[in-house]
Amino acid sequence: MYPKKSKTMDVSKQLEILKNGVFSNGKLPLFKDKLKEVNIPDIKKGQLKILQLNIGYMCNQTCSHCHVDAGPSRKEMMSMEVLSMCLELMIKNRIETVDITGGAPEMHPNFRWFVQNIRAKTKVDEIIVRSNLTIILANKKFFDLPEFFSDNRIHIISSLPFYNKEKTDNQRGKGVFDKSISALKKLNKVGYGKANSNLKLDLVYNPSGAFLPPDQSLLEIKFKEKLYTDFKIEFNNLFTITNLPISRFLDYLIASDNYEEYMETLVSRFNPNATKELMCKNTISVSWEGYIYDCDFNQMLDLKINSKTNTVYNCKIEGLVDKKVEVSQHCYGCTAGAGSSCQGTIA
Amino acid sequence: MKNEYYNSEDLKKFTNITDWNKELGDKFFNYYESVFAEGKLSSREKSLIALAVSHVVHCPYCIHAYTQDGLEKGIEKEEMMEAVHVGAAIKSGAVLVHGVQMMNRYNKLSM
Repeated sequence: MYPKKSKTMDVSKQLEILKNGVFSNGKLPLFKDKLKEVNIPDIKKGQLKILQLNIGYMCNQTCSHCHVDAGPSRKEMMSMEVLSMCLELMIKNRIETVDITGGAPEMHPNFRWFVQNIRAKTKVDEIIVRSNLTIILANKKFFDLPEFFSDNRIHIISSLPFYNKEKTDNQRGKGVFDKSISALKKLNKVGYGKANSNLKLDLVYNPSGAFLPPDQSLLEIKFKEKLYTDFKIEFNNLFTITNLPISRFLDYLIASDNYEEYMETLVSRFNPNATKELMCKNTISVSWEGYIYDCDFNQMLDLKINSKTNTVYNCKIEGLVDKKVEVSQHCYGCTAGAGSSCQGTIA
Repeated sequence: MKNEYYNSEDLKKFTNITDWNKELGDKFFNYYESVFAEGKLSSREKSLIALAVSHVVHCPYCIHAYTQDGLEKGIEKEEMMEAVHVGAAIKSGAVLVHGVQMMNRYNKLSM
């Protein structure tokens, strides 16, 4: 488990590592050069579909792979002013999906107000909440979250690294597997993940180490079989997500002497087809401070969107179409193998 | 002197064998790819077979590759170890079954 007090290296150091070493000594090509090598033009933004909001870094868990470096001691959270500006964005622009993440977004004091206002004041079709599951059992003030989610037709996406205790607890902390199972049962009880229900519950697998995820559809079959046989738990889809070499996972790669080999794997498995459906093309990611990024990973590396109007205060959504996406070598994580996005594989 | 045997970097150069005989090299890699594709056996089952055989033929490159392949197929460590034991059982069985020949020969020569 990751130490309670974060020691993750700062962003400039992470960017230095991603730019130098194997990427400056000729061993591996820079991501932008790899695109050129296979005649793929620069990655550009298309029509916006998903507005992803990171409303704060506070979390009741401290997961070893967390790219947000979230934990109980993190105090950063979106102010009411920024939340209101995000609502304005949703009112003024056609946005299909709002994807609320953190930290544990439910720990934000205005989380429920925000969700209810999205439903009441905007035409957003889908609200995703990335729930870590254990928050539902963390404190009695969260016990009614399943009903709140259901009342507001929230689409829940939750991490469950594996269908057994050992791998899950190694990655997400001791006791997390058992609590996650209890939380999933509570969600099933209000109708989430059931075949005849429109309350969607998706799970996320990410590798518990320096390797790529398994085939998404085959693993989904296995997850469904194991979770139903062992716990009578049902869910809709499994998303497999590749660990990107940033933040705590980058720390782990370096400390375990896996960094070079992992980057070699990502580069050698570069899949040109995965560049077609990259999430950075149809998503923008907003930080707790209100800055706009191409994706949540760029947000963590502070690679702001390629526009002078890069905050929720001055952003012109239509003006973002055709803007070049900011890339670095962490982008190889989204283009390796079957590709990766916050909605699972893309190729 | 630099160690010239079993260098882990050599695994990445495996495809270089085509440099000195493209036709046979290409045939081998095409065959290899076909063998490991989904068939009557799943690619998951084939990965476990490959891992067991890798141990039996004492190939460090293959063990390296098929341990990682197993992780990338969601194979659990207990399944991997069971596969290694299957290989070990066959290998030790192959030794021990020769004991029958030894017994036959012993009995033939003995009064």
